[in-house]
Formats: sequence, C-alpha cells, structure tokens
Amino acid sequence: MTRRLPLVLFALAMAAIPLIPGVPPFWLVLLDNIGLAALVAMGLVLLTGVGGLTSFGQAAFCGFGAYTTAVLTTAYGLSPWLTLPLSLLVSGLAAVALGLVTVRLSGHYLPLGTLAWGLGLYYLFSKLELLGRNDGISAIPPLAIGTFRMLDPGSIYYVIWIAVILSAVLTTNLLDSRTGRAIRALRRGHIAAEAFGVQTARAKLLVFIYAAVLAGLSGWLYAHLQRAANPTPFGAHASIEYLFIAVVGGAGYVWGGVLGAAVVVILKEILQSYLPLVFGGQGQLEIIVFGIALVALLQLAPDGMWPWLTGRLPVKRTTKQPDLSATPPPRATAATPAAPLLKVDGARKQFGGVVAVNDVSFGVNPGEIVALIGPNGAGKSTTFNLITRVLVSSAGRITVCGTNIDGATPQRVARLGVARTFQHVKLIPDMTVLENVALGAHLRGHSGAIASMLRLDRADEARLLAEAARQIDRVGLGEQTSELAGNLPLGQQRVVEIARALCIDPALLLLDEPAAGLRYMEKQRLADLLRGLRDGGMSVLLVEHDMGFVMDLADRIVVLDFGTKIAEGVPDAVRRDPDVIRAYLGATA
Amino acid sequence: MNTTILLFLLQDGITNGAIYALLGLALVLVFAVTRVILIPQGEFITYGALSYATLATGQVPGTARLAVAMGLVALGFDLFAARKSWRPGPLARALAVDIVLPVTVLALTAGLAGRINNVPVNIALSLLVVALIGLFLYRIAYQPIAHTSVLVLLIASVGCHLAMQGFGLVFFGAEGLRGPAVSDVAMSLGPLQVTGQSLVVYGITAALIVALWLFFEFTKYGKALRATAVNRLGARLVGIRTTLSGQIAFLLASVIGAISGILIVPITTLYYDTGFIVGLKGFVAAIVGGLVSYPLTAVAAIGVGLVEAFSSFYASNYKEVIVFTLIIPVLVLRSLAAPDVDEEKD
Repeated sequence: MTRRLPLVLFALAMAAIPLIPGVPPFWLVLLDNIGLAALVAMGLVLLTGVGGLTSFGQAAFCGFGAYTTAVLTTAYGLSPWLTLPLSLLVSGLAAVALGLVTVRLSGHYLPLGTLAWGLGLYYLFSKLELLGRNDGISAIPPLAIGTFRMLDPGSIYYVIWIAVILSAVLTTNLLDSRTGRAIRALRRGHIAAEAFGVQTARAKLLVFIYAAVLAGLSGWLYAHLQRAANPTPFGAHASIEYLFIAVVGGAGYVWGGVLGAAVVVILKEILQSYLPLVFGGQGQLEIIVFGIALVALLQLAPDGMWPWLTGRLPVKRTTKQPDLSATPPPRATAATPAAPLLKVDGARKQFGGVVAVNDVSFGVNPGEIVALIGPNGAGKSTTFNLITRVLVSSAGRITVCGTNIDGATPQRVARLGVARTFQHVKLIPDMTVLENVALGAHLRGHSGAIASMLRLDRADEARLLAEAARQIDRVGLGEQTSELAGNLPLGQQRVVEIARALCIDPALLLLDEPAAGLRYMEKQRLADLLRGLRDGGMSVLLVEHDMGFVMDLADRIVVLDFGTKIAEGVPDAVRRDPDVIRAYLGATA
Repeated sequence: MNTTILLFLLQDGITNGAIYALLGLALVLVFAVTRVILIPQGEFITYGALSYATLATGQVPGTARLAVAMGLVALGFDLFAARKSWRPGPLARALAVDIVLPVTVLALTAGLAGRINNVPVNIALSLLVVALIGLFLYRIAYQPIAHTSVLVLLIASVGCHLAMQGFGLVFFGAEGLRGPAVSDVAMSLGPLQVTGQSLVVYGITAALIVALWLFFEFTKYGKALRATAVNRLGARLVGIRTTLSGQIAFLLASVIGAISGILIVPITTLYYDTGFIVGLKGFVAAIVGGLVSYPLTAVAAIGVGLVEAFSSFYASNYKEVIVFTLIIPVLVLRSLAAPDVDEEKD
C-alpha cells in the first residue's frame, strides 16, 4: 500500500482543491486545461519517450475525439456519455489506419510522416462542411448526471481529473508488465526484442493506438468543456506543444506528462497576463519568452523536470523482490528432441559482391557444446544472424528441430527454442537487470495489454519475474538484480544477456563472444555454467576468440575463414589442423 | 482546361517549386550536418523577405538589432565555454564575430537605410543580417546540445521557431508586406506572360544548386561538412571541428532561406508567420529526397510546386490537404526501400 501512498495523497489533494473556499474559478479553468494537456502528453510519453516513436500529429487525434462527439451530440442529439466510447473508437480507428502506414516508417521518416498527416488532417477539419469548416461546431451540450449539468469549469473538473488519474494508473500498470517491457525495448532497436519473440510491429501499433485513444479522450473532454470545437486546437502548433509538454516534463515518465502540462500551461498563462504589463501590450511577447525558456530548459535538463525533481526527493525507490516460489512458466513450445537439433546445410550470405558466408554446413546435436571460431571477418556473427533470421540467407537450408526456418521470422525461431546473446550488448540500459532478463521470458507469458492495465496479469507476471530472478541467480548476478542494466560493467552485461537468453528455456543457446570482457575467475564460472547447461540437456553454439576457453569447453569446433568452413572436429584435432594454423598465423608454423 | 491555363499552372508550379527546392536543399544540408530538423527555416524566409521589404520603405528593420543582441548572447556563451583556458586567438575571433560583425552591419544598415535605396544594396544588407542571425542561432540554441538526440534537437527547433516568430511580429507587425521586384522585365512567350522575377527565381535556384554542388565537391570546408554528416565522431577524430561545420551549415541555410524570402516577397504578400508553412512545403520536398539527396530534393520540390498549383486550380479548398497527404505514400515507399538497420537512438 505504501507504494500507492503518493498517488492516493495526490488524488485526495486534487479532489480537495475545488472545495477550498475562495479558490478563484480561474484556477479551476487552468487545472482543467492542465488535465486535458496531461492526457495527451501521457500518450506521448508512452509513444515517444518510452516507445521511441515521435508523433507530430497527436492534436489531430484530439480532433477526432472532439469532432465525433460534437457531430453526434449536436446533429443527432446523442447523449455525451454515449459518445464517449464512440469518440475513443473513432480516434482508435484513425490511429489504426494512420498507424498501419506510419509505424512502418523507420528513423526520421516517422516524425516527419506524422507531421505530414497531422497537417493534412488539420486542413481537412477546417474544410469539411460536416465539421463546420473554420467556424467549427458550437452549442455542444455539457456533460450531465441526471439533472446536474456540468456547465462551469469547477464541475467538469472532477471528470477531467478522474480521467487523468485513471489513465496515469492504467499507463503505469501497462509499463510495469510483460507488454510494457516489450514497449520499452522498442526504443533500443527491434533486433533484440524480436530475438525474444516480441512482435515489434504489433507493439508499435499498440502504443500508437493507445496514445491516440488518450488524445481522443482529451478531445472529447475538451469539446464538452468548451462546448464548441473548431480546427485551431487540433493543428500542427498544438501537436508540437503537446510534444514539448512531454519533453519538458520528462518524456520517459508517465507523471512527467502531468508535471509538464502543469508547468507549460501555468507558464503560458503567467506570461500572457504579466508580460504585457512589463513590456507594454506589444506583439506576442509571451511566445518569445516561452520559446527561449524552452531552449534554456533543454540545455539545463535535457531529460525533463520529473527525473530532476524525483532525484532530489529524499525517498529512495524501493523495488519489490520477486517471489521465487512461483512455479516456472511453461515453455513456449514443447521441444521435440530431434537429432540434429540444428542443421545448417550450405548456408550462404552475399552482400553485393562480398560472400560473407560461403556454403557453410554443420550441425549441433542435443546436449553438445559447439564452438564457431575463426579470425576476424570470418563470418561467424553473420552465421549467427542467419540462424536467428536477423539476416535472410541467400541460399542454403537451415533447420531447427527438423523445422525448416527459411522464410521464418526471428520471433518464430525464438519460439522454436533458440535463444541468443549479441556481440554488441543489446540491453535496455534504463531498465533493471530483472526487467531486462524478464524480457527473455516474453514468449512464456500470455497476458496482453488490457489485462496488464487492469492488473489481471499479476499471477502470470509473478511467474515471469520469478523465472527471471532464478536465471539471474543461476548466472551468479543475484546481487545485481535491481541495478539498472546500464550501470553494470560490460562483462557483467554480457552475463545478463546470457540470463535473458536462458529465460526462453532454450533448447539451443547461441552465445556471441560471451567471455569477452570477463576476468579469469568469471570465465571459469561461465565455463562451469555452460557445462552444467549441457549436462542438463541444452545445446550451446558459441562464437569465441579466447582459445583457452574454447578448447577446454567445446565438444566440437567449427572453423571458418573468409566465410568458408576450413575445419571441423574435436578440439585436439582442430588445434593440429594445418589449415587452421595457416588461417590464424598466416603460414605453417 | 485549355493550354493557356495548363501553361500558366505549369509556370506557377515551377516558380513555387524552385523556391521549395531551395528550402528543401537547406533543410537537407542542416539535417545531414547537425541532425537538426530546422523548423526555424520559415523564420529565415520571413526575416529575409520582410527585412528586404522594410529596407525598401527606407526604414531600419528590427532584425539588424536582433542580430546585435544575439551576438551579445553568443559572446556570453563563447566566454563561458572558454572560461577554463583564456587564449587571445579564439577570444579575438569571438569578439570579431559576435560583436564587431553585427555592430558593423547594424551601422551600415542604419547609415544606408533611406539614403541609398536600391535593390542590390537592400538585398545584400538583408542577407547579411539574416546570415548573422542564423550563425548566432546555432551558437546559442544548438551548439550546447549538439550531442543530444534528434528529438531534443527538434524540440529546441520548436522553441527557436516560436521565439523568432514572436520577434517577427514585434519587428514587422501583423500587417503583411510586399517588396519591390528584383527585375521588372516582362515578356510574352506565346500565350504566357513571363516575368523577369520568375526568370530570376529559376536562375538563382539553378545557380545556388550548382554552387552548393561545387562547394561540397571541391572545397575543403564542403568536404568537412560532408564528413561530419557521415560520421560526427569520425570527423572529430580526424580533426574536423564539428561545431564549425554546424555553424557553416546554419550560415548557408539562413542565407538560402533569406534568398527564398526575397524571391517570393515581390510575388506574394508575406506576413510575419507565413514562413512556417512555406518552409514546411520545402520540408515535404526534403522528406521526399530522404533528407540526404540534393538532386532528388530539387526534383521533388518542383513536383510539390506543380501538385500545389494544379490542386489549387481543381480543388482549391483541399490544396494543403493534398500537398501534405501526398508524401505519406512516398514515405512508405522510402521506408520500405531503406535498408533495415537496427538503429540505436539515444
């Protein structure tokens, strides 16, 4: 309950404000506006700050929400409460349509794309006869409960802030869940997330729709607060303003959206009312000061005000420890032990004229450690990428447990029980070790976004976290469970990646240079761990440069040079192979 | 539609398209070198155009004073940055660029305004003023956060755009202005009236594109800029001063923006906030060019101009809707064609 205490206090304080005698009604108007902006900004926090998708079109979704209720209540006489689900539905559907096109865009195309349709929609709102063109729609009925009509800003205040607090709770819940981890993994690129079965395109569309529905809710409330809707508040400038509300507050933090809205709305108000007194009524001085303040703020606190503020509070964040007694979640697919587990048959990868992998064939049997070695540029990591379907092979056949994976997605390969680590560590630095590792168990959970928001996922979530904690203990990082992954030394980050891979409960573990950056004792422990895994029936395929480590550990070694397999066999035979010696030393030693 | 209208629309589209091409090129340049999406480009347009129009009425534009003020702030930033090591060389350079230059330009403007009122002088003064503003803008707003993410730079751009637009209103008022044509020649080509102004637009656009090409292909600074664009860290390691590259990029972008403004202002009335939407159309072209390709951007800009001209004839109400929605299919195509790289933002 103590974790919820600040929230309860905040809710009580917000509920008490209108009841204080002598509160100017104008304050309530400001608070109403803060709430409306906070809703949109919260969606942007999820979309932009957490998911890494920048949207310049968020105000257009407010427009969908506002115009839906405006048309339905004025032209068709529907009750405003009845139009609420419809407003949300229309914004959501618009997001599906725009999102299907937009979230496919990579890199900078995405924000620019949103800017483009944001502007297009704004002009559409202002030209459509149905929506009253530039004049918009007026005389929208107020919200009402029975005969109580919420005409003044003090009465709709409660509706707005209940919406804000509920949304914040639901959003926080969503982020702290299986789906939330998938969303948080998006910003660091899609390869790592997909290697653990996350459907990245679907996750992106999900946050896109979620943010749009929040904006639609804000639009619906706006229409009934103003009892009018016109195109201006749904244009590009409004979208930009929402975006910087999110950035000012702290784009990675749900409550940063609320804080940002408060700061920006109040600052604007103060500037608008006091600047003309200081400088005379000339021009739009407030936007000058506002713009300069924004640039100054970014230079002083580029992460926004929320982390800056919470970092100064004396309270330390307590992280709850996972309950280790929870039963392990089931494997994504029941493994069918087949010999060989992995069969690479004439795999080939060409980049233009360069043959990175040249008709390589080898196999991995159940309960075997195979090492893939070779000088730099031999095509080891490319072979890994072919097996995990990060790259599409130019020719050849790769089967996992007898299933041909040509044409499969990386998620499908993960589902078959293949887990991997990366040569360049791909952890999410601002998530804890526990959360990072739990991402590995993604396929072994089943709770979706809505269940997570409503906290119906707790049993499922407890199983995933317990499994993650067990794997962290197994690799010997139990002490670091609640550290941020980015704070660990590189060697330990590699080990965290191994724990994450183990969370899939894999049949085949692919390790890309796991011992790099480890000290001698740590390497010994890693070797013991891998032997233990093998003895438990797991197969390991590893790329490694530390020959002592490989020769001691591997059952079999495959040697690549310039993309071609030059040798295969037990360590002792490979060590004496003249071709291998030539490849490494340049001549017969 | 008859041939006359067709030809007229074509001409109109190409003239506008040429200007969008200039803006698109500047946006590509700045983005490639600094990763800044230059929303204040619109203000460079209005500042250039309205400074020129104000000078033509014999008055001193407020932008000249703004340049001096920004120079002072930039000096503050330079002094703060140099607080650990005081060396006379950089200090003298800072003083010369931040103080002497803008003050000289202000003095020139104040001295010449109303006395020598001819088109080339006014153009030169407007360009000087806007160039300085562009340079200082980078120094003040972007250089301290040059290492941050594209998103933070973008939000900073929004802040700059808002502040500069506000200053625009203070300097030029809410009334629109029109400037004198660069060339008064007019001739008939069949059914078409070709004005000297539109010929100047084509000529200058072509000349600037060639000049940019020469700059990037054959000069040391041009190559340094390209190197910065490809790899910031790598460029620094081989001794290229990336802050200098950023300043040059902003200098070029502001001059190009101002030239575009000066070219438009005799054709159509400009208001203090017109630049934003004109800049956005240059943006559309830049996006079509993928923010990397200059020739493609130029071609796309002509396309945008033509689409705009024809849609304003057939569906004038939906002109903007059409222009801004058209790029979505382009974006999808570009995105699909782009190699699937696993980018790590932050």
